[in-house]
Amino acid sequence: MRLEPREQRPLAIVIAYPCLALLASMLFCAFLVMLSGASPLSVFGLMVKGAVGTKFAFLETLTRATPLIFTGLAAAVAFRAKLWNIGGEAQLYIGAVMTVVLGTGLLPLPQAFLIPVLMAAAMLGGALVLAVPTFLKTRFGVDEVVTTLLLNFIVILFVSMLLEGVLKDPTGLGWPQSKKIIAEGQLPRLVQGKRLHFGFAIAIAAAIAVWLIDRKSALGFEMRAVGHSPKAASFAGIPVNRVLAKTALLSGGLAGLAGMSEVSGLKGNLTLDLSPGFGYTGIVVAMLALLHPLGVIAAAIFVAAVFVGADAMSRTAGVPSYIAHVMVATSLLTMVTAIMLTSYRVRWR
Amino acid sequence: MDAFEILFTASLWAAAIRIASPLIFGTLGELICERAGVLNLGIEGIMTAGAFAGWLTVFLGGDLWLGVVVAAIVGASLGLLHGFLVVPLGLSQHVTGIGITLLATSLSYYFYRLIFPSVTSPPKIEPFQPWPVPVVSDIPVIGEALFTQTPLTYLAFAAVLFVAWLLNKTPLGLAIRTVGENPSAAEAQGINVTGVRIGAVMLGSAFMGIGGSFITLSAFNSFFFEMMNGRGWICVALVVFGSWRPGKALAGALLFGAFDAYQLRLQQLAGAYVPYQVFLMLPFILSIIALIIMSRRAAYPRALMVPYRKGER
Repeated sequence: MRLEPREQRPLAIVIAYPCLALLASMLFCAFLVMLSGASPLSVFGLMVKGAVGTKFAFLETLTRATPLIFTGLAAAVAFRAKLWNIGGEAQLYIGAVMTVVLGTGLLPLPQAFLIPVLMAAAMLGGALVLAVPTFLKTRFGVDEVVTTLLLNFIVILFVSMLLEGVLKDPTGLGWPQSKKIIAEGQLPRLVQGKRLHFGFAIAIAAAIAVWLIDRKSALGFEMRAVGHSPKAASFAGIPVNRVLAKTALLSGGLAGLAGMSEVSGLKGNLTLDLSPGFGYTGIVVAMLALLHPLGVIAAAIFVAAVFVGADAMSRTAGVPSYIAHVMVATSLLTMVTAIMLTSYRVRWR
Repeated sequence: MDAFEILFTASLWAAAIRIASPLIFGTLGELICERAGVLNLGIEGIMTAGAFAGWLTVFLGGDLWLGVVVAAIVGASLGLLHGFLVVPLGLSQHVTGIGITLLATSLSYYFYRLIFPSVTSPPKIEPFQPWPVPVVSDIPVIGEALFTQTPLTYLAFAAVLFVAWLLNKTPLGLAIRTVGENPSAAEAQGINVTGVRIGAVMLGSAFMGIGGSFITLSAFNSFFFEMMNGRGWICVALVVFGSWRPGKALAGALLFGAFDAYQLRLQQLAGAYVPYQVFLMLPFILSIIALIIMSRRAAYPRALMVPYRKGER
């Protein structure tokens, strides 16, 4: 068996293969559901209903998609330049820390000023977290995959320390949680009486902004050139290390915004369960979106629908909600395979 | 007892070796994969799956050693999947590895919840007991630390010798090293690059599975979520620290174990003054520092992360 590059990529294949990939992932999960004794069709039906069946469910899916758009963009931006940022989780949490440090009363500003300040601070925090591994990569040649992964654990412990120390809410009955964000620092709701908040709109705007940077700016071109081949980019006079640094600041900043949006838009304060792995799931979102900034929006909504749908299904059908994690992981693997097969054909010989 | 005296207690060194044991298996596993030119970021998930599969086998009435074998088989199967995706299909080793970790972890959690829908406390098994080696275990401090371990720890030390012998003294080891350094040259010598790489990833992943099973069959007696706690990623760092050599990797794992055991004891000593999280952070910070020190002169296998396609340059 060997692979041979395709001379052309027929549109039919470019559309059909990713759909087949998702179908394969569904079939695998259907098999797992059958092992639990439930009927896959009714389970998938319950998942679809739980994710998009009612207005409430759909708004809940969009709410869950919001942090995933940010972390998905963070991964997409970095991966385009072949900067392997697996540390979205750490950057998200530091963004959230910056938000509660400044937003719980330290800055008595009106809402129109405080929210942009909190956003900027969260982006700065997230950016600095990724700046460290990127500096170690460009200066000492330390592989950023391992350092960003290890930083996730360090940062979670650091946040735990803050929540049991200086950031602890004295009125929190001993729970390790921060004080509430003041009213001026909270993102308004998008739909009256529902959980969907302004962070979703910011996420969409961020996706468009990243798309514009990618398409229209010199930086976007340089980032793609570095991702394609650092050697060739360097030969063409592109300052590779500086481009990587800018990529890191943008990517870390986007992940930091995820933390700000969750704290200031949804939860109101910082706890240790702020993110159930949004940073890691962002990688899947970015890959499903083929690293395209606008595709990230669709991919994030799809992944959020799987999670929200599985939660609802699990309550009624009793199939463990971890099926959602399995489905997301298999979708990632089948999707990267399908994407490869759109530009290569398999020759059996 | 003060911070200095702790260093001379047998229990510290016994704990250091105990903590190092799963890391030795994991590091050897990652090392075999990388020497063949394949980065395996599935390690964290493969260790989780090994921990779960080994524990479940014993819980369902299997022998402890059968649990270890099942963990190795589960590891090798996940290795086969990773190998197939990144070697003949040439997919990104980073993305595929993360995908394998997500898949193996979520499958373990799914099956755990499927089999134990509502348990308040994790079900327990009877884990491996220490096997004191006659005579030598009576040597003060050293004997107590080295020779009153559980059998899987002795197996970990034997595995270091086995991997060193395999890589350096056998034709198969030469083939593994050649496909990791110069696949075209290997092909010219009639070596099946794809086959050797997939085989190496499967063997390495089997070691990872056994390393995971140490956690549930020897260190603890039950399976719970998040129990791997980044051990797999630390193994990836230890491979770089050990310059891709089994002996140095063993030294790295032991150093790490000693440090971790020491911080656990310091925590009891200084816990009133320093937040416990600082101590828990130290192993991860230490790994990053080790990477910084070693990366400058790191001699990566030259074909690491480079997919090989016949006839393509």
